[in-house]
Amino acid sequence: MDFTFTEDQLMFREAISRFLMTEAAPEKLREIWETDEGRSPELRTKIAMQGLTALSIPEDNGGLGMGDVAWSLMTQELGYYGIPDSLADTAYVGAGLFSALDDSFAEKGQYLNQICDGELRLAIGHQCSPMVADAHLAEVLLLQHGDEVHLVSQDDISDVANPSIDSSRRLSQVTWQPTPETCIASGEAGAAIWNETLNRGALSVAGQLLGLAQRMLDLTVDYSVQRKQFGKAIGSFQAVKHHLADVAGKIEFAKPVLYRAANSLETNHPLASVHVSQARQFCSEAALLAARHGIQVHGAMGYTWEVDLQMFMKRSWALNNTWGDATFHQARVQDYVLNSQVDLAPSLTFE
Amino acid sequence: MNLTYSPAQQAFRLEVREWLAANVPKEKLPTYDTKEGFELHRQWESKLHAAGLSMVMWPEEFGGRGCDLIEWLIFEEEYYGAGAPLRVNLNGQLLLGSTLLEFGTQEQKAQFLPRMASSDDMWAQAWSEPNAGSDMANISSKAILDGDHYVLNGQKTWSTRAIYADWAFGLFRSEPGSKRHHGLSFLMVPLDAEGVTIQPIKALDGEDAFAEIFFDNVKVPVAHRIGDEGKGWHVAMATAGFERGLLLRSPARFQQTVRKLVKLYRDNKASADRDPSIGVDVAKCWSDAEAYALSAYNTVGRLNNGEKIGAESSLNKVFWSEMDLLIHQTAMKILGTTGELLAGAPLAEEHAYWLEGFLFAQAGPIYAGANEIQRNIVAERVLGLPRS
Ligand SMILES: Cc1cc2nc3c(=O)[nH]c(=O)nc-3n(C[C@H](O)[C@H](O)[C@H](O)COP(=O)(O)OP(=O)(O)OC[C@H]3O[C@@H](n4cnc5c(N)ncnc54)[C@H](O)[C@@H]3O)c2cc1C
Repeated sequence: MDFTFTEDQLMFREAISRFLMTEAAPEKLREIWETDEGRSPELRTKIAMQGLTALSIPEDNGGLGMGDVAWSLMTQELGYYGIPDSLADTAYVGAGLFSALDDSFAEKGQYLNQICDGELRLAIGHQCSPMVADAHLAEVLLLQHGDEVHLVSQDDISDVANPSIDSSRRLSQVTWQPTPETCIASGEAGAAIWNETLNRGALSVAGQLLGLAQRMLDLTVDYSVQRKQFGKAIGSFQAVKHHLADVAGKIEFAKPVLYRAANSLETNHPLASVHVSQARQFCSEAALLAARHGIQVHGAMGYTWEVDLQMFMKRSWALNNTWGDATFHQARVQDYVLNSQVDLAPSLTFE
Repeated sequence: MNLTYSPAQQAFRLEVREWLAANVPKEKLPTYDTKEGFELHRQWESKLHAAGLSMVMWPEEFGGRGCDLIEWLIFEEEYYGAGAPLRVNLNGQLLLGSTLLEFGTQEQKAQFLPRMASSDDMWAQAWSEPNAGSDMANISSKAILDGDHYVLNGQKTWSTRAIYADWAFGLFRSEPGSKRHHGLSFLMVPLDAEGVTIQPIKALDGEDAFAEIFFDNVKVPVAHRIGDEGKGWHVAMATAGFERGLLLRSPARFQQTVRKLVKLYRDNKASADRDPSIGVDVAKCWSDAEAYALSAYNTVGRLNNGEKIGAESSLNKVFWSEMDLLIHQTAMKILGTTGELLAGAPLAEEHAYWLEGFLFAQAGPIYAGANEIQRNIVAERVLGLPRS
């Protein structure tokens, strides 16, 4: 029984954090937000050079062979810096999907290699949403049709942009035609892949929400120390202190829930879906409270376009309902607690 | 990360489970806030101790079993899961016990710990005074050195179960004229000493749950001081850290209560579902208790890695006390019209369990450092916000 991370995992996180601190500074985010495509190929290339795209690719395919537990640290960094890229969907969720495919799918290795090298732009369309993120740029799309998984190239879709309040998200409605040739998994295998993919997407969002919560808290603490009213830093007022202490509490208790969910996904725990949804709830609560208390403590400044807080708030509000909306995750946890026949003894936590 | 138990940990769990299955009283013991109930709890504690299961994580030489913190968490899961009686001597065993292990002399440990483990000595905490609640540094009860003993004068209050306890521990001002947290000493006082008067205070439920303690020229040997003279604040703060941090409210206690809440919901589903928010709250209670347990295992992992748990332990206190309120508020909603009934009322079945818990949950955000104070601590010491 050991809840801690390996040296490797922690060092990797450190490295990514240092990298993003300079490469994804708020000015750069704003620049990318304003572009038509909403993406920076240059940033993606640099990210690949850091090894992030290789993180969960199996070692046989040239990757680092790390799993969901390592990603639960990495997604927090992606959230903290609010990077406008589909990196997690490609290198984490997409890589997981390809890995789960049967070896009879001949191009499996080739796609994993491409993801590993940062050369593949990928979009995933799951039935939990009528929109597909990054479809406009994807070379290939993995699309759901009932239990079937289809691999469709950019040439075979048409997409209509649906702009989001979070300019770092680029969403489209995608029209396409499922054919026997595009189908790469179906039946029980397909259903299992989509279920796992949804869980992995949801966990990726959970990690990002937790990172966003921490970012908004840090920004707000800084602001509350600098801003003076009544001759004092507003951070010395107790009402402000308690707002921020409550955010710190939400973050603190979300962490172990996130890590356990990651471990459950990595080890195929029978309750992985419940644990993932639980993590989503805790991380969402942290991010939403960080946004609400963050803007409150910033006063009118928080309501402006100019102050960086807005980028992180908007991203939190948007992510809160992606890869399963908040209600979906609430319902999954609730269904387990109320409707399963399990006698929920205290000794069951890790069973 | 490896979230599975080792074979040794599983074997320990099984051993504890089997012993409890054979020994936990079939009938619930009467509340320990009555004389009779207190005695029955003391007997239970002594039985637990005889089986080596009273203070599992203390060293064997002091009446413990030398378990690590993971084994302690396992023990707690089994203990509460078996519906075993609430522990009656925890304020001594966990709070003073931890302090003695860290700051006590070899003689003090040998004299006090084994009798505490067996509950031959029952302990009460004596920090609060009428003018020193949240502002504990305002303590004014005095302990003036006179040769090989101190002479105590003053008043303590809110001392839980002091009317039945054998000893009390707390802070006294040993340096006349000293201010705030300077000049305080940490003393252990026998409650049968001459000059000690104990006045019970009825709590919300009408029982004598806590008491005022008056000291009128009470002599206490210098050997009963823990740590250096005048340095008691430092010693006490270590105790407070333990109290809030991990030990006082182990996760299993809440997980067991939530297990009952879920059963209460399932048994009354049709009626409860008239308000869909009840199901939402029941699920949230489960999720919170689970998160609290995960957080405890996570904390133990960090401690085992050599990390120190600092002011963030204040977050724990806020979390469990608010969770306990939600659990009991939700139970009261499910019980609806009959929720108000006292134990023994013909229509009351398990109601009294929830009503008692509901009342006690009201105190959670107040004792062990009020939650407002905990939030101040988090803001100032974890987030680094300026003092007001
Ligand atoms: C069930 C129970 C058992 C107890 N057992 C013991 C025991 O065994 N031994 C013992 O010594 N004591 C015990 N206590 C006392 C407990 O430690 C005190 O009640 C607690 O420290 C709060 O002090 P107070 O009651 O004087 O409240 P006060 O300090 O008067 O506080 C009243 C309110 O004002 C708020 N407040 C005070 N100062 C501030 C501030 N600076 N900023 C913001 N808000 C503030 C508080 O948060 C609280 O909401 C017990 C209390 C209870 C309820």
